[in-house]
Amino acid sequence: MSSTLTPVRSKRSALTKGQLPAFAPYVVLAAALIIGAAILALIGFNTFGWGIVSALLFAVGLVSWSAMVEGSRKAKDKLATCLVVGSFLIALLPLISVIWTVLVNGLPGLIAPGFLTNSMNGVTGVYDNKAVEEGAPVIGGIYHALIGTIQMTVLATIISVPVGLLTAIYLVEYGNDGRLARAITFFVDVMTGIPSIVAGLFAAAFFFAVVGPGTKTGAVAAVALSVLMIPVVVRSSEEMLKIVPNELREAAYALGVRKWRTIVKVVIPTAISGIASGVTLAIARVIGETAPILVTAGFATSINNNVFGGWMASLPTFIYTQILNPTSPANPDPSSQRAWGAALVLIILVMILNLGARLIARIFAPKTGR
Amino acid sequence: MSKRIDVKDLNVYYGDFLAVEDVSIAIEAKSVTAFIGPSGCGKSTFLRTLNRMHEVLPGARVEGEVLLDGDNLYGAGVDPVTVRSQIGMVFQRPNPFPTMSIRDNVLAGVKLNNKKISKGEADALVESSLQGANLWNEVKDRLEKPGSGLSGGQQQRLCIARAIAVQPQVILMDEPCSALDPISTLAIEDLINELKDQYTVVIVTHNMQQAARVSDKTAFFNIAGTGKPGKLIEYGNTQNIFSNPTVKATEDYVSGRFG
Repeated sequence: MSSTLTPVRSKRSALTKGQLPAFAPYVVLAAALIIGAAILALIGFNTFGWGIVSALLFAVGLVSWSAMVEGSRKAKDKLATCLVVGSFLIALLPLISVIWTVLVNGLPGLIAPGFLTNSMNGVTGVYDNKAVEEGAPVIGGIYHALIGTIQMTVLATIISVPVGLLTAIYLVEYGNDGRLARAITFFVDVMTGIPSIVAGLFAAAFFFAVVGPGTKTGAVAAVALSVLMIPVVVRSSEEMLKIVPNELREAAYALGVRKWRTIVKVVIPTAISGIASGVTLAIARVIGETAPILVTAGFATSINNNVFGGWMASLPTFIYTQILNPTSPANPDPSSQRAWGAALVLIILVMILNLGARLIARIFAPKTGR
Repeated sequence: MSKRIDVKDLNVYYGDFLAVEDVSIAIEAKSVTAFIGPSGCGKSTFLRTLNRMHEVLPGARVEGEVLLDGDNLYGAGVDPVTVRSQIGMVFQRPNPFPTMSIRDNVLAGVKLNNKKISKGEADALVESSLQGANLWNEVKDRLEKPGSGLSGGQQQRLCIARAIAVQPQVILMDEPCSALDPISTLAIEDLINELKDQYTVVIVTHNMQQAARVSDKTAFFNIAGTGKPGKLIEYGNTQNIFSNPTVKATEDYVSGRFG
């Protein structure tokens, strides 16, 4: 043991000797940052490289110091901690990066006047050219797309949740793992893997055949989205219903409660928080779908409040067309600003949904207080 | 308000596996009957056939007759739900409904069946059931709190209150004290003694002292070996089973020589 540790060791009990002091990780971190900066200065400084080099130096430094002082078991523990925390940071990196990029690019669009309350009806390249060349405000907004996204998603949810939940109830409560139950499970698994464009083509072809060729409405898009949602709802609800303890079902049966009442009043309330978050995840999965909406609901620049008639815009298709076909091909910047604004709104919607799911989970969760 | 149970030549199956073979037993009204025997001998399985809870498991079935005051539980057209509302059950592990308050747990049998009940009647039923389960004084100030916040022994008494709130004829108890400490066990045993004034009580227990303490009659079940069906070996007054059994296997079991 090195003599520099002597003053610290004198304060310690015999039981804690041979351990690194509590401040050791911070010392190593500071050293790693400084040495990392020095190395990067030699080959040209950039923040990303600095982070990588410092992280590697930190891991090597802390583990080898620990190996010298504490022995190999503690050193392995430190190594594992470094790996776990490192993986966590790597996983977090793209998320933070995405949120940051969308915030920076989307805020100017979002705070532009009328962005949430206007449609793109009548907004032509002339206005965008003016905005760029003469500094006029960027006009036009996402109201029509927001309405479309909300209507289509709500309709898709209204279709998918009963179908999915009832399927899950059949599988868990009545299926008994029989032939039909196994077939349903198999096809739900197959449905999970359907590419979204195929779901869109299915819905389009179905309505072409049933209603008439060229039927493109928000409702068709909602059917396409529910094809994507149903397997997710079935899978998550099934898992949630399965973990409801059998004892609760037996307790209800033993009170002379019918099976369907037991399911409605005991099993589902016990699992409702998990089911709600599963449904929210399913919504979050389809709210950003672009391809199936393009082939089923088309695209519109004006407000269409009728989900059952006429072409409809949605946030993803709005972003797609604004980027691919800018309103003013000569000056695409205002379109790009609107697209980023719409992307930010989409992310905010998904976040609100997630928070809502947590709220629902908290409200319905089995109570444990005394 | 209690009925007797007569079982005639009952065979209990899990699929093709014969779990309990050829049981005939007469359980008196307003008495406590204990089932004892080694693990896996089928006493819990048999108990569950007495209110048709056995058939809840996939593939489970029975042959033979169980008569509740002469009416066959397994007769044609008998609704298991009607049977279960007359024959209540308390399980090995306390299982109050986690989404409900203490009060709602007691009222579960009424509320889950959507029966109309006025608030006054509900209050009276909650109080009388909790009094009956010796739990009223402990929980009367926190009836709106969740049932899962109670201790294990209190939860089990809550489950008993829930069972007696539907006013059954018979109460089945499947090792009700095996997850409880000695003080809670004592509370439940006292309660069983009081319950027999009004109800027919059948209790499965691993604890022979408990059977000796609480029961009027005792049935000893045994199993010849793994994979063989369980059988009723001897049934009689508890006094006789423990002090003067007629069958050698019973004597070996109650004196602790095996099992």
